[in-house]
Amino acid sequence: MKAKKLFAVLVVVALVMTAFAGCGGSGGTKAPEGEADTIKIGANYELSGAVGQYGLMSMEGIKLAIDEVNAAGGIKGKQVELISVDNKSDNNESKTVATRLATQEKVLVILGPATSGAVKATTTVSEQYKVPVITSSGTADDVTVVNGKVNAYIFRTCFNDSFQGTVMGNFATKDMGLKNFVILSDNSNDYSMGLAATFKEVLAKEGATVVAEENFTAGDKDFSPILTKIKDKQFEAIYLPAYYEEAGLIIKQARAMGINVPILGADGYDDSKLNAIAGDENLNNVFFSGHYSSDDTTPIVVDFVKMYTEKKGATPNAFNALGYDMAKSVLAAIENSETLSSEDIAKTFAATTNFEGVTGTFTLDANHNPVKSAVVIELKNGVQTFKTRVNP
Amino acid sequence: MMHSIVLQKGTGKVEQFIQQLINGISIGSIYALIALGYTMVYGIIKLINFAHGDILMIGGYVGLGCVLFFNMSFIPAVLIAMVVCAALGVFTEKVAYKPLRNAPRIAVLITAIGVSFLLEYLMVYFFKASSRTYPSDFFSFGSINLGSITISMDKMMVMLITIVLMVLIQIVIKKTKLGKSIRAVSSDQDAALLMGVSVDNAISFTFIIGSALAAVAGVMYGAMFTINPLMGMQPGIKAFVAAVFGGIGNIPGAILGGMLLGVTETLVSAYLSSSIKDAVAFAILIIVLLVRPSGLLGKNVKEKV
Repeated sequence: MKAKKLFAVLVVVALVMTAFAGCGGSGGTKAPEGEADTIKIGANYELSGAVGQYGLMSMEGIKLAIDEVNAAGGIKGKQVELISVDNKSDNNESKTVATRLATQEKVLVILGPATSGAVKATTTVSEQYKVPVITSSGTADDVTVVNGKVNAYIFRTCFNDSFQGTVMGNFATKDMGLKNFVILSDNSNDYSMGLAATFKEVLAKEGATVVAEENFTAGDKDFSPILTKIKDKQFEAIYLPAYYEEAGLIIKQARAMGINVPILGADGYDDSKLNAIAGDENLNNVFFSGHYSSDDTTPIVVDFVKMYTEKKGATPNAFNALGYDMAKSVLAAIENSETLSSEDIAKTFAATTNFEGVTGTFTLDANHNPVKSAVVIELKNGVQTFKTRVNP
Repeated sequence: MMHSIVLQKGTGKVEQFIQQLINGISIGSIYALIALGYTMVYGIIKLINFAHGDILMIGGYVGLGCVLFFNMSFIPAVLIAMVVCAALGVFTEKVAYKPLRNAPRIAVLITAIGVSFLLEYLMVYFFKASSRTYPSDFFSFGSINLGSITISMDKMMVMLITIVLMVLIQIVIKKTKLGKSIRAVSSDQDAALLMGVSVDNAISFTFIIGSALAAVAGVMYGAMFTINPLMGMQPGIKAFVAAVFGGIGNIPGAILGGMLLGVTETLVSAYLSSSIKDAVAFAILIIVLLVRPSGLLGKNVKEKV
């Protein structure tokens, strides 16, 4: 761990030095940035449309973070100005908004969009105008890395989907001490398959066994054939990374068959529809991984929940917290950046190390993904309760 | 650390096979109920009523409405769903199919697909696309243990209801005057008309029976799983296949086809892989049709010219 930290520090130093070198070289030709009176930050969010809630909730957290920084005197003596444009939950619109923010509004960084598809739509814009695009909730694996190549200006501050498989694998084998698993995954869904694959990797590493592995397809309703098939096997838990619709039906049918072992899942469970479909009485001994829980007892979370509740009159949810963390980490990068140019900010941000956020302390890795902790939430009679925080 | 670890009790291979058979027959019963509507309508007006799966969906919604707004139990909710669906079935027949009775068959078929999409997207518009659920105690009968076999009483109930309805249908078709008129119109519409049989009534009655059965299937399917405006598509297609499998136009054939499809699907999931359950089920269908083009129980009648 110490060596890792030292290495990270060295990377930062190296990056800062290259930033210097870059400045020296281009200083003569390029007009110095930062003549504007304010520090302009763009927000490209889903404020209306199908997933409008995601954008609105993220924006709440972002605004709070910016208000805090401005109240404390801003960055480098300048106030931060947030320019927010609605992408209407439309991927094409998201690209248009990103272009507008980069060219007309000349923002230094673009925050958002909230969903993976909309972030991917802005990849070419970010490269063309060399403006960093940072998402706090786009979790698809291929947002930052496509075919092994890292998108130079795309970053995220939430862990990616597959990471949740690792989290659950560690929780199940180390915290719960379980050895024998059944894995049920949706083979029509990348999210589900990706999680199942990383979960299996952890099991292999920890010497645990996959007793049976079964697939289903989104839209299936009757899972009794596969449940009957696994029922008589010797296993201690089921890993079921799926969305609430299938997960809900499987949990209901499994419990009705007397399969009462722990069922482990991922953030797809974090929806009240899961309760409606599975029934609260069946949602016991169910655990899922997530980004954040307002019941978390870590001091930074307790303080955040208190502060947020005082200011907004509501308990912050995961999107609020993720948006807040992202804005805070980006503002920190701007503060630490040598110059106020998008390229330098991108470099500084890429070197973010041990940023202490509400959703976990993180360091960005070479793939622009944060290495951070996750929370495990337990369902007791359908009620979410914070179980533990799992470190990467 | 987890304090207690519960290992599942083992059961033997035979017991598991019996349980899988029950699983298969239960889902097959639902297919059979839907398949009856397809096969009867095909038998009488040679129309593959693609909107039939959506009648099932409407049945699911009507049942849910009865539960949520009037707190009804299973039987009254099903009865109301049957009435509403029967009315809807007759309405679609009168409005969309009857005017085209003498048009080329393809025109009616396309109209049926149109009605199907119309019903689906009207429901999406009014009730949103997201899934809804019945209260968990609506269709819940627990389970019983027979030796080492656990039998879900919900599944037995589905089978029981299906069997009762099948027997009733057979009685209606074989013993009543209306049943006789349906059979007469099915075998020769013009001759039936000349003999004074009301063709219109016979056709309406067929739609009433088919749609009411779909309503029962819809409420049971919805109560066991979830409902949404597109829920009719998958069981609808499966039931259509079941009807063809058993011999379209043949009532016992539809029942046999539905059961066989359900059991095949389940056994493939159980002993091969659930990913290929549809592929195998449909491959068997193709093979059966290659060997017996008129389906398992279909009569090998020459097309009347």
